[in-house]
Amino acid sequence: MADMKNAVAAPGQGGFDVGAALKESGKAAFVAGLLGLPLLALKADNFGSKLGLVYRWDALFIAIAAVFVGRFLMILLSGRQKKSEGGVFAAFGKGIHNNMALIGLAGLAIGVLLPVVYPDRYVIYIATTFMIYVMLGWGLNIVVGLAGLLDLGYVAFYAVGAYSYAMIATQFGWSFWVVLPLAGVFAAFFGVILGFPVLRLRGDYLAIVTLGFGEIIRVILINWTDFTGGPNGISGIPPITFFGLPFKNGDHGTFASFFGIDHSPVQRIIFLYFVILVLATLTNLFTQRMRKLPVGRAWEALREDEIACRSLGINPTNIKLSAFALGAMFGGFAGSFFSVRAGFVSPESFTFIESAVILAIVVLGGMGSQLGVVIAAFFVVILPEVFREFEEYRMLLFGLAMMVIMVWRPNGLLSFREPTIRLHPKKESA
Amino acid sequence: MAYFLQQLINGLTLGSIYGLIAIGYTMVYGIIGMINFAHGDIFMIGAFISVITFLVLGALGITFVPLALVVVLLMAMIFTAIYGWSVERVAYRPLRGSFRLAPLISAIGVSIALQNAVQIAQGARVKPMEPVIAGGLTLFTDSNNFDVVISYLQIFIMVLTVVLMAGFTYVITRTSLGRQQRACEQDRTMAGLIGVNVDRTISTTFVMGAVLAAVAGLMVTLQYGVIDFYIGFLAGTKAFTAAVLGGIGSLPGAMLGGILIGLIEAFWSAYFTIEYKDVATFGILVLVLIFRPTGLLGKPEVEKV
Repeated sequence: MADMKNAVAAPGQGGFDVGAALKESGKAAFVAGLLGLPLLALKADNFGSKLGLVYRWDALFIAIAAVFVGRFLMILLSGRQKKSEGGVFAAFGKGIHNNMALIGLAGLAIGVLLPVVYPDRYVIYIATTFMIYVMLGWGLNIVVGLAGLLDLGYVAFYAVGAYSYAMIATQFGWSFWVVLPLAGVFAAFFGVILGFPVLRLRGDYLAIVTLGFGEIIRVILINWTDFTGGPNGISGIPPITFFGLPFKNGDHGTFASFFGIDHSPVQRIIFLYFVILVLATLTNLFTQRMRKLPVGRAWEALREDEIACRSLGINPTNIKLSAFALGAMFGGFAGSFFSVRAGFVSPESFTFIESAVILAIVVLGGMGSQLGVVIAAFFVVILPEVFREFEEYRMLLFGLAMMVIMVWRPNGLLSFREPTIRLHPKKESA
Repeated sequence: MAYFLQQLINGLTLGSIYGLIAIGYTMVYGIIGMINFAHGDIFMIGAFISVITFLVLGALGITFVPLALVVVLLMAMIFTAIYGWSVERVAYRPLRGSFRLAPLISAIGVSIALQNAVQIAQGARVKPMEPVIAGGLTLFTDSNNFDVVISYLQIFIMVLTVVLMAGFTYVITRTSLGRQQRACEQDRTMAGLIGVNVDRTISTTFVMGAVLAAVAGLMVTLQYGVIDFYIGFLAGTKAFTAAVLGGIGSLPGAMLGGILIGLIEAFWSAYFTIEYKDVATFGILVLVLIFRPTGLLGKPEVEKV
């Protein structure tokens, strides 16, 4: 172990030591060989109802060689990079921070212009998915980034919102625009019910209880067949309307006839995109305003030092509860949008992986950074689309990327975190 | 009564398995204060290595059951330990000293990566295993002709758990390695200053946790006869629940929590509905946390400013 550290440290101290680097790479390759021996080289394959062994020594040798080369390159690069101690990203983060309003407006302009410039079905579809994740990320950012509460079951609120619209619309035929606020209220209500008993607890207990809650919601959705449709979910959810005007072919009372244009299915997709764009933008504006209110200040103060807050007369449970409920509310909005867009909901969409993805967006982006959420959501949604041909390896790469980014930049991509307000502002030169 | 006894036996078996996994969570939490989210998947890897070692032994023609069991146990322990060690080395050690959520996110990444790596390398279909230890003892038959049976396998699982726990308690309380671990748990900086190799101690903790998880993996393979790449998530979540229930950081607590979760699950499935057994487990966790936030055997936390 001790040699390992020296070998890694040596290149940073001066000249590049090829011998030590080769030795270190050799060790990494050896460990990789041991790891791969039982699971990669040997495969327990199903032959009918029995298992049999399949040998794949070639795969093992490829893996060992890849680890050897990869480790060697890593040492080579880390030796070079030491000189410019993360300078680029820090400066980048600061530059972004100083021009936040400008970048926000530019981003919004791109968002609004996208369907005009690029009215392609597929592109708009992906952009809508991306905006859903941005909105979820911003919602969770209130809970995790601002209030510092670790929520591993955020998808439960998303599910509550989705099922609220799905059930109310199919049972009572209410319109999306009526149910949308209701879905938010329901989700916030669930947030309060869950949060009230557990928010007094320490952070890690909160993590496990929220994780458990996410699972409970999913188990109930699967098993309460009469109410939720069970594993088959609910289908035939009424599609979105333009404030009452449906998007379909017809001469009377439809979106196309009202505006005197020809009907095209892409109209609905573009409208959906604008709806989520507006919802997400509202989430962002709301959060930005909240940060300037006493309760928002209290969130950040609680994140930094709970004991100090209590001694100043802030009630931690109520403040946390408000963050939790508001985060849940935005999850509920996003959920009802999800179900109106897909026209179908099932428990499959609300697994733990989904919670992990949303949490990853918040943390990879840099906790508390609204722009970081957008960048991380871009990585998480767009990159898997780009690498569709590697379908099989997609989640493996996603998991590895999550780990690598964390190890590379532990504070997130945009790790420029400053309290919104300071008693004594820092000098500009500092 | 007979039915109750039978469920008690089943619950204790299941609880032993949860307890062994829970120890890995509680030790890591105690020493570096992080939730090792990938621990459930380490357990899953232990189960896979057990199945593959059984197959290799079958191919070599070794069919003497006690010998096969010992070899499989050793192989699963060794190779799973390497996995535990590597995960700590690659994903957690570089993050030591960074903010609290960073290792957790890294751990979730590792968990997803391990699951999918195993899915790609070993296929997504469930792996069936023929029973290795068959038969059992009929304890007694009640008036309704209901037999209370304890299988040899269940005896094996419980005895192995007790032996491991005894050995483990000895290591933690009596050996210099255990003292180093407890020192790191109390104050890592101070332990480093008085000459404890903190990095190595933490590595050892991960290795020990992985070894116990590997044993649990073997037990699940033998007891249920089917495994797939996804078993780590639910088992891991429940074992973590067990660790919290018993008081996280406390070793006897983890075992107690594991057994309680096993019993709750067995009795709930037997007397109520099997579909909602997970809901019951988490519900009881919430209740315990409300009335006893440090868990059953956890020490009350001292807040330092």
